Amino acid sequence: MAYLTGVACTPFGRHEGSSALGLMTVAVREALKNAQVATAQIDGLLAGYATTFPHLMLANLVAEQLGIQPDYCHAIQSGGASGLTMVMLARELIRSGRCKNILCVAGENRLSGQTRDMAIQSLSQVGHIDYEVPFGPTVPAYYALLAARYLHEHGLKESDLAQFAVLMRNHASTHPGAHQRDLINVDAVLNSKAISSPLKLLDCCPISDGAAALVVSLEPTTANALRIRGAGQAHRHQHVSQIKDIHATGAKAAADLAFREAHIDRTQIEYLGIYDSFTITLMMLLEEIGFAAPGEAAIKVRNGDFSAQGALPLNTHGGLLSYGHCGVAGGMAHLVEAVLQLSGDAGARQIAEREWGYVHADGGVMSAHVGIILQREQRN
Amino acid sequence: MDKLAQHFWSGCNEGELRLQRCADCNHAQFFPRSHCLNCNSDHVEWQVSKGIGTIYSVTRVERAPTDEFRALAPYCIALVDLDEGVRLMAHANRTLAIGAKVRVTFFNHNNRSLPRFEPL
Repeated sequence: MAYLTGVACTPFGRHEGSSALGLMTVAVREALKNAQVATAQIDGLLAGYATTFPHLMLANLVAEQLGIQPDYCHAIQSGGASGLTMVMLARELIRSGRCKNILCVAGENRLSGQTRDMAIQSLSQVGHIDYEVPFGPTVPAYYALLAARYLHEHGLKESDLAQFAVLMRNHASTHPGAHQRDLINVDAVLNSKAISSPLKLLDCCPISDGAAALVVSLEPTTANALRIRGAGQAHRHQHVSQIKDIHATGAKAAADLAFREAHIDRTQIEYLGIYDSFTITLMMLLEEIGFAAPGEAAIKVRNGDFSAQGALPLNTHGGLLSYGHCGVAGGMAHLVEAVLQLSGDAGARQIAEREWGYVHADGGVMSAHVGIILQREQRN
Repeated sequence: MDKLAQHFWSGCNEGELRLQRCADCNHAQFFPRSHCLNCNSDHVEWQVSKGIGTIYSVTRVERAPTDEFRALAPYCIALVDLDEGVRLMAHANRTLAIGAKVRVTFFNHNNRSLPRFEPL
């Protein structure tokens, strides 16, 4: 068995004078404190990558910085899915007997550590260097190609996508650490700056500074530890031009593996943390994984199903779209929030008591998928 | 750039859209590789596309990634399904929508000949 025993997420936004290592240090110290695990007890360390700090051995660097001497240590790269990949691997290392307490960490000064042009250029390289990048695409353009086709096939409108941006902003407005907290409506999304049709500025996540850390342990070191009940991955392509079926990108396949392990079905899930780099990402993932029928996720948003008080609360921290996106840690924030909500530690944002949560991340252009199922164990 | 990519882009300079076909199983593929993805044969051969296809998806890029492309913006990037059975990314005429039948043309930008699809 493996438990998420301690989590932490810094505020996301502009942190002038910050560094990748400094941000990670803040998150790690808080996560260890929450887990009630000492640095000497950490025997495994996994780290993400940082575009502003492309070090060859980032995990070793973090270990040295924090005074940790793990028996197992390396960095991981699978884009936005890196965070959940780390947690899935940590669980495997614990189940195999290799480690007892594993620290998973990522963070970077993606906003303040480089110009916006540098960020946009480096990120666009997730496209194929010889057969896509020469055409001048951006990451929003890759997702816009998916969005245009998806809306076309389902007879949906840009205002359907905009619903997701409004929902994420509503949730972020209740979180003091969120990058963007001012409330917006559908018209504001539709009237925001054109980026790559059909996506506007508010269909896209912001670029942020921030960090997140999680501790995965063999034993539930605190009363609020959550059990990891299932995990799954799927990888069907790297590049948008190589996607064979936009309704089978690998999201459902990854989720199916996780649900098979947990021996539960979709209807038992009571909280969702779903990757939302763009509004279309969230729509496609919810529908492919099966939390809404194809073409109907926006209807559920309008019905309030995914709000904090709804039947299936979704990204109650505000997601990448409004809590913010600082790279690998951006995709970890969904898991941090899921842990806080299910364990009853979400403070003023606390939702009604729930037992089961599902968290999903994608890296690249719906390329690398990881799904994780969490359960709050019954208390005495 | 590797040799396969060089051959593709030199084709664009000569007004040819080049894809691959397997000499053993007849599978068409793009982007080019050293082997057939369908049957793993090494006998993949170049074929000049007729340049006719259908728009699978298209986006109008307003926010370009670099100065070179900022000079061109806004421009349309499309995924095009060629009649030969492969999909590729290219530029597209601004009037084109999903499902439109198209033919390839080429234009020079930043010392490179880029394929751009026009209405058929």
